[in-house]
Amino acid sequence: MYQLYKEMLTNYLRNKSEHTLYSAQQFSKEMMVKDLSPEEMVSLHISVFKEIVEDLPEEVIDSFDLLLEVMIGYGLAHREHLSLRDRQRQLESELNVAARMQQSLLPSKELKVDEVDFGVTSVPAGKMSGDYYHYIVDEQGHIGVAVADVIGKGIPAAMCMSMIKYAMDSIPEQRLQPAALLENLNRVVERNIDSDMFITMVYGSYDPKSHRFYFASAGHEPGFFYEAATNTFHDLKTKGIVLGVSPKVQYHESSLKLEPGDFVVLLSDGVTETRVNGEFIERKDVSQLIGKYKHLPAQLMAEQVFRELERMQDFQLKDDFTLLILRRNV
Amino acid sequence: MNLQVDVREEEQEKHVLLNGEVDVYTASLLKEKLIPLAEKPNAAIIVNLSNVNYIDSTGVGIFIGALKASDKSNSSLKLIGANARVKRLFEITGLDEVMDIDSDQREEV
Repeated sequence: MYQLYKEMLTNYLRNKSEHTLYSAQQFSKEMMVKDLSPEEMVSLHISVFKEIVEDLPEEVIDSFDLLLEVMIGYGLAHREHLSLRDRQRQLESELNVAARMQQSLLPSKELKVDEVDFGVTSVPAGKMSGDYYHYIVDEQGHIGVAVADVIGKGIPAAMCMSMIKYAMDSIPEQRLQPAALLENLNRVVERNIDSDMFITMVYGSYDPKSHRFYFASAGHEPGFFYEAATNTFHDLKTKGIVLGVSPKVQYHESSLKLEPGDFVVLLSDGVTETRVNGEFIERKDVSQLIGKYKHLPAQLMAEQVFRELERMQDFQLKDDFTLLILRRNV
Repeated sequence: MNLQVDVREEEQEKHVLLNGEVDVYTASLLKEKLIPLAEKPNAAIIVNLSNVNYIDSTGVGIFIGALKASDKSNSSLKLIGANARVKRLFEITGLDEVMDIDSDQREEV
């Protein structure tokens, strides 16, 4: 290192070539890899300089002492930068592990039932999601579907989301009635959540024999019901307070009949709160967009709607996005 | 977007005037000012939302926190002057059933 720098400096003092300047750049990169601090670099320069040029004026040597002192500050900043970079890498890898864990909380098997055409797409704004979705075929052959949205986003929301998953798992299979299920979850959430946190959730249960879709909502953004016969979208309106506000809450259960080709859409507010050029899109923009792709299978439909909304906001999701579609086949 | 929180106290009545957006970035400021008021016993808190054009779910969370705190301290919380979009948010979340929300008082700023 000493020798190399000495050669460079000697060359440069002799011919001032561009080539030597280029070598100096390469040299600095190599020194950064070796963790050589700025003040060590200055001190290397002084010793080499003293050796090449005899009888350096006193002022020049003294000035380097001053420079050395100044560089110590830069050196501290440099070392702090390095340690922060390491920490950031560590956090990044922990976050990746957590994101994978979170993925494992979502249903992994595809829902394949002859009676319905099903599709879901869920994309977090960051690495981790505050949105949750669920689907299951219960013991009676009913198809249960859910979308939940934890306030906020990122890690705190994601941690809270796992609570919903475990609370859902603890409810016995025979009790997957929408309103009763939300009442159960509300008790768990209310006990375990910060006073200014809450969760919104919609739960639906489709009975393929009677073709009725039962649903209840805990303050969740209303979904859509598409009626094929009239080619119109209706709001899946039902009222209920968000989970986590008061311990005893009763939820209202509604139902509607699906004819062949009819479908229901459950979504998170990341879908309807899309901002385009600072302006929120309207709910009818969303339903129009869904209508545009209704000829596709449910899964492709959900994906296409996501792609288009993502493009509309320049591929910068502001909030977690979840869209779930269930269509009656026969 | 910013939020300005002005508090005017008249004995038990606490008037809170908000200006701006209550979202994930400004919610902590509102929390700092609103929760201590809600924890005071027998207070009547009136939050004026006439100059608030947008509230996100984090913002709604602060109002839920304030509601819980005011219940505990035997105080009351009332929101006035909400615009249509803000009102819709309180309706969808079902909070209009447990919170006193009067959107007709929009002119009183």
